[in-house]
Amino acid sequence: MEKTVQVVEDVTVRFAGDSGDGMQLTGSQFTDTAAILGNDIGTLPDFPAEIRAPAGSLAGVSGYQLHFSSSDIQTPGDSPDVLVAMNPAALKVNLKDLKPNATVIVNTNAFDAKNLRLANYDTNPLEDGSLSAYNVISVELTKLTMTALEGIDLSIKDKDKCKNFFALGIMYWMYNRPIDITDKWLESKFKKKPEVLAANKKALQAGYNYGETTEIFTTRYDVKPAKLPAGTYRNVSGNEAAALGFITASLKSGLPLFLGSYPITPASEILQELSKYKDYGVITFQAEDEISGICSAIGAAFTGSLAITSTSGPGLSLKMEAAGLAVMTELPLVIIDVQRGGPSTGLPTKTEQADLLQAMYGRHGEAPVVILAAQSPADCFYMSVEAARIALKYMVPVILLTDGYLAFGSEPLKIPKFEELPEIDIKFRTEKEGYYPYLRDENLVRPWAVPGTPGLEHRLGGLEKKDVYGYISYEAANHEIMIKNRKQKVDNVQKLIPDLRVDGDQQGELLVLTWGSTYGATTEAINNIRKKGFKASHAHLRYLNPFPKNLGELLGSFKKILLPELNTGQLAFLVRSTFLKDVIQLNKLQGQPFKVAEIEHKIIEVLGGSNGN
Amino acid sequence: METNINVGEPEKKLTAKDFASDVDVKWCPGCGDYSILAQVQRTSPDFGEKIENIVWVSGIGCSSRFPYYMNTYGFHTIHGRAAAIATGVKLANPKLQVWVATGDGDMLSIGGNHFIHACRKNVNLKVLMFNNRIYGLTKGQYSPTSEKGKVTKSSPYGTVDWPFNAIKLATSSGATFVARSLDRDTKHLQEMITRASKHKGLAFIEIYQNCPIFNDGAFSSLTEKETKSDNVILLEHGKPLVFGANKDKGIKLDGFNPVIIDLNDGVHSINDCFVHDEFDENPTRVFLLARFTDLPGFPAPIGVFRQYHKTTYDDDYAKQIETVKAQKGIGTYEKLMLSNNMWEVK
Repeated sequence: MEKTVQVVEDVTVRFAGDSGDGMQLTGSQFTDTAAILGNDIGTLPDFPAEIRAPAGSLAGVSGYQLHFSSSDIQTPGDSPDVLVAMNPAALKVNLKDLKPNATVIVNTNAFDAKNLRLANYDTNPLEDGSLSAYNVISVELTKLTMTALEGIDLSIKDKDKCKNFFALGIMYWMYNRPIDITDKWLESKFKKKPEVLAANKKALQAGYNYGETTEIFTTRYDVKPAKLPAGTYRNVSGNEAAALGFITASLKSGLPLFLGSYPITPASEILQELSKYKDYGVITFQAEDEISGICSAIGAAFTGSLAITSTSGPGLSLKMEAAGLAVMTELPLVIIDVQRGGPSTGLPTKTEQADLLQAMYGRHGEAPVVILAAQSPADCFYMSVEAARIALKYMVPVILLTDGYLAFGSEPLKIPKFEELPEIDIKFRTEKEGYYPYLRDENLVRPWAVPGTPGLEHRLGGLEKKDVYGYISYEAANHEIMIKNRKQKVDNVQKLIPDLRVDGDQQGELLVLTWGSTYGATTEAINNIRKKGFKASHAHLRYLNPFPKNLGELLGSFKKILLPELNTGQLAFLVRSTFLKDVIQLNKLQGQPFKVAEIEHKIIEVLGGSNGN
Repeated sequence: METNINVGEPEKKLTAKDFASDVDVKWCPGCGDYSILAQVQRTSPDFGEKIENIVWVSGIGCSSRFPYYMNTYGFHTIHGRAAAIATGVKLANPKLQVWVATGDGDMLSIGGNHFIHACRKNVNLKVLMFNNRIYGLTKGQYSPTSEKGKVTKSSPYGTVDWPFNAIKLATSSGATFVARSLDRDTKHLQEMITRASKHKGLAFIEIYQNCPIFNDGAFSSLTEKETKSDNVILLEHGKPLVFGANKDKGIKLDGFNPVIIDLNDGVHSINDCFVHDEFDENPTRVFLLARFTDLPGFPAPIGVFRQYHKTTYDDDYAKQIETVKAQKGIGTYEKLMLSNNMWEVK
């Protein structure tokens, strides 16, 4: 039978199955292959907090969404064009998100009475006509995998584990992708397990052949490479990018990197990643608790390291007293907070932007810190370098906010040349003459004199210190001077950061102001409304304390400000109280990032629903 | 940038004065902390370290003011966190000699977690815990080492909690040098501090310290001339456990239980006494000795309960880094960004 190849601009695929079905792996393999073939990509893993919820249950469904395109994209896609559902529960959970007429590939072998019951289906949706709006492709994935693996010396259970690669093979065929990139990965992964390697390779190939030979697939799709700027690229998740950024900052500054950290979802990968880089002299101290994570880092900062602590919301709360000590002792420290749904344990594997005010105001006393936020997975690289640069240059704690969506999501990073990255020039104080611990330069930055330096022995501490001299001081006037100094020093960081750039007109009816991970969806939404003839400008904040110095002026140049956030309005609160300018809020609190369409609708609504034509 | 400073013998012999900062010491008159500070300053020249390579870290409490009075690098941190911060200092620069000054509340209550994990990892830190069995800086609440039934400002009817035994806690957590001394026994305290300074691994000294304001006389039976010899027993390696003004009392073992024997009763002799072995890796002996303070009528042991060798966390960490560097070569930016899933866009 003749099979046609249809070229499409972009496709969104979602793989869904039990948390034990290997969906994250299947998705990331497809991602790597698409990226290496030159597509722009955006991904969104979505998995439960339980490691292995009961098989077949709705709670145990794990998904991985991938958006790949021949044009520049910023998000993992609003609604999938294709769903691969490994069981009834995966179908049930994901069906509502699909595009009309979406293709659904199901493993019919998993649609037995038990699994249907677990998914709360009264009747089999494959038979009762309820899926008539979709293009359903039924595949006996389990049975076909077993048949393909006949003769391989593995248990039935182990063979069953290969069915995700059969499904991946079908998808590779359907989207005209080669299987050899995944083959190579399998070869390195299962070097020491030849049977497992053979089985997975065979399942992958069998799935691909199945697409090629059977008549149920009539069309293949092709997504051409995207026109990205020339350069070398790699696919990075936000957590991976942050780790690379910190090591880069260590190389730039010449300071050894020290990470004090306690495992917490969704930040643990930063600890895991950094622990691989012993050849860079990276010290990763897996502490006994969150407090020790930051305290060990403060000790390392005192000693002259580039000191980092990584965490998520609950851990940030635990670290706050120690963060105050870093403010008081004016030591350089980067706290990276990978935000998740809160409060309390909340939604550990889901995303939210609700720690901004904690970062801003969560400490006792007047304890300002610098706050930055990354806008995309690849930007986690740049903002980690930037957080380190500011911390070291200003001897100040910096909180870098990312979130679960950025941490687990991935996109291509164009690898910058080392020289293109900002210099981080560190000078320890060694000159004895005229040294005092709280002497200040023109930016109010105190000298960094590290233990081991003869003649500069001094004592730091949490008690208020005398301006310049650094001995304990309870003087009333001195306390006020020191509070103002610490505040002014943070404000002085404004000199170092770029002005806020506006995409679109520099003044007018509407400015959409964003921060953090809402960047991607908003950028696409703005592009879409412009195509429809609407006019709005967009500005994105990566520096939240201090704000870029032109922010106030910019806000004054627009009649309306729309502020989409994954919280109840935390940046809105800061903008209102800082600039006495009202904003229109768009808030979402579902543990999921904004869809492009949600922002698009709101923009159009704010603009009065008419493009003026 | 090289942050590790070479350690060597000081050029000239330093004196106690070189280790005293110019800050006025502000503990209450008669506080046991004065003696501890004096003994530390007196022994510091014998540590074999340059002043700039010594770091004193403390938490919060009366004892934790200690770093301000030492003319070394110092860090007065936050309540309970001294061990965690000291671990960061030591790990980031293993060439520094890192000391922790702390109290019973700071280290055994709010800082308990950091303490047991520093012991477990055998971080090469020297921990001096000033135990006055009371919260002094907050003016007189009971502490985790206060004896059961103690009446304090926060326990007007007496405490109902059982106290910690710091020696047992440090030992079972993995500390490789565990000792006890008294603020008033200056010579003994000096000896313990000097020995801790030479130990490689986590050295813990519990120092019984008198708080003249909120728990005066807590240890007077161990420090006053008239009662001292009956209430203190000196632990010395290879020597039998003997105490009393005339050295006429001994400790022997009855199964796993210690019993006090009269060496003049014609039945027992010094040969029946339990012989101390500091270097026994088996911690059973330590638990046996540490129990004395929980048993009525038994003397409180002072001295080194145990000292043994185990590789240190900071050493092992540094070695692992060197090994990986030797295997993989020193990391570069180009190598860092290299990945299996790279592609070129022309």
